[in-house]
Amino acid sequence: MPTVPARPLRILLAKLGMDTHTVGITVVAHALREAGMEVIFTGLKQTPEAVASAAIQEDVDVVGISSLSAGHTRSLPRLARLLREQGAADKLLVAGGVIPEEDVPLLQEAGYARIFIMGAATAEIVQYLQDWWSARLAAEAARE
Amino acid sequence: MMDVAAQLLAGKVAAGARAIRWLDDRDPRAGELLRRIFAATGRAHIIGVTGPPGAGKSTLVDGIIAEERRRGRRVGVLAIDPTSPFTGGAILGDRVRMSRHALDEGVFIRSMGTRGESGGLSRATYDAALVMDAMGYEVVIVETVGVGQEEIDIVALAHSTIIVCVPGLGDEVQAMKAGLLEAGEILVLNKADREGFEQTWRHLELLLHLRGDGRVAGGWAARLLPAVATRNEGAGAIVAALDEHRRYLEDSGEFARQCGRRSEQQFLALARAALMADLLCGPAAELLSHVRARRLDPYTAAEQLSAQLRAGRTPR
Repeated sequence: MPTVPARPLRILLAKLGMDTHTVGITVVAHALREAGMEVIFTGLKQTPEAVASAAIQEDVDVVGISSLSAGHTRSLPRLARLLREQGAADKLLVAGGVIPEEDVPLLQEAGYARIFIMGAATAEIVQYLQDWWSARLAAEAARE
Repeated sequence: MMDVAAQLLAGKVAAGARAIRWLDDRDPRAGELLRRIFAATGRAHIIGVTGPPGAGKSTLVDGIIAEERRRGRRVGVLAIDPTSPFTGGAILGDRVRMSRHALDEGVFIRSMGTRGESGGLSRATYDAALVMDAMGYEVVIVETVGVGQEEIDIVALAHSTIIVCVPGLGDEVQAMKAGLLEAGEILVLNKADREGFEQTWRHLELLLHLRGDGRVAGGWAARLLPAVATRNEGAGAIVAALDEHRRYLEDSGEFARQCGRRSEQQFLALARAALMADLLCGPAAELLSHVRARRLDPYTAAEQLSAQLRAGRTPR
């Protein structure tokens, strides 16, 4: 049996907005678990306030938002702002779902490190997060 | 670098959350942190909620949170879900059922993976409960993973343990007799609107009767209560029974004794680990290499080690 990493990446996966399409987020959650990450679910129809609060209570490293309904140009920046205001600017923000390519610059401006638009492969998401986590752990080790 | 201990003692959620992360990750800063918060612990009522998978534990916890909040108490929740033994990953989804409390500042919900432990809890669960205790949460609810017969570590951790059952378990109830159902101060038969309720209820009643703990003078007689967690029915009576049990523990002196026993367990576990580490760097190292090569049997090796230590202690 492979050894379990002492310090797994913790990621909060949440859905903002009123849609109830959970297939995408569920597939991603399982892929991340297979990659050895701790995935925390908050449920459907979440507000930016509720997601920010959960991210802090769970002390996650990454917040991943699935957005499949319009409104992401308002709710996603709002979540990023709330996290900054509550002293949680160190968390990596990523998003995915039905997000038109022309909205990507606005979301990156708001603090999202990466937007996975329609058609992004699950393996791409896993690889991105693994690379980010390795770099973060290496940077921390170098500081000590 | 924020002073995590001072901030969590002041009730800051971000600091408490970081402290639990250190405990979970076995970060070296966790030891010093626990030393600093220890004096502020020993106040919270730690409540365990356990039972088989799918019994409705999370939904019941959601109702208990609401009732405790109505009574003006601040509530911490530790929700444990299984970690995959193969990948180390986990999907922690218990807070989905508690999302109505997401914006309540009097509620702190934390999800934890079991991370290789097999008793229904994680190694850091008890220390995480101490963190919430030190933060000033009057009630700390620990929801275990769905358990079978023998994963009853929660009983040693919590002051009061709720066992959640569902109708129609029939033979499974028989099987649980020897483990889960021997423990627990409050039994809840959830999904009481389901077929088979009456039969399972009678079964559990009989079981409690056979347990006979109510017949001991001054003892606690376990309660059996119905609930329909999805309709928010039953939580009021459960919290009333929890309050009664807490009073019973305090009046009998058992509350303080339990806290003492848990400190004792922690001390023994830590001392064991520290002594073992010392021995393996010192006198046990050579013996261990002989045992590993099967040149020496483990029984003789252990005796020789013990004899060496005794001789070292004796003044010459």
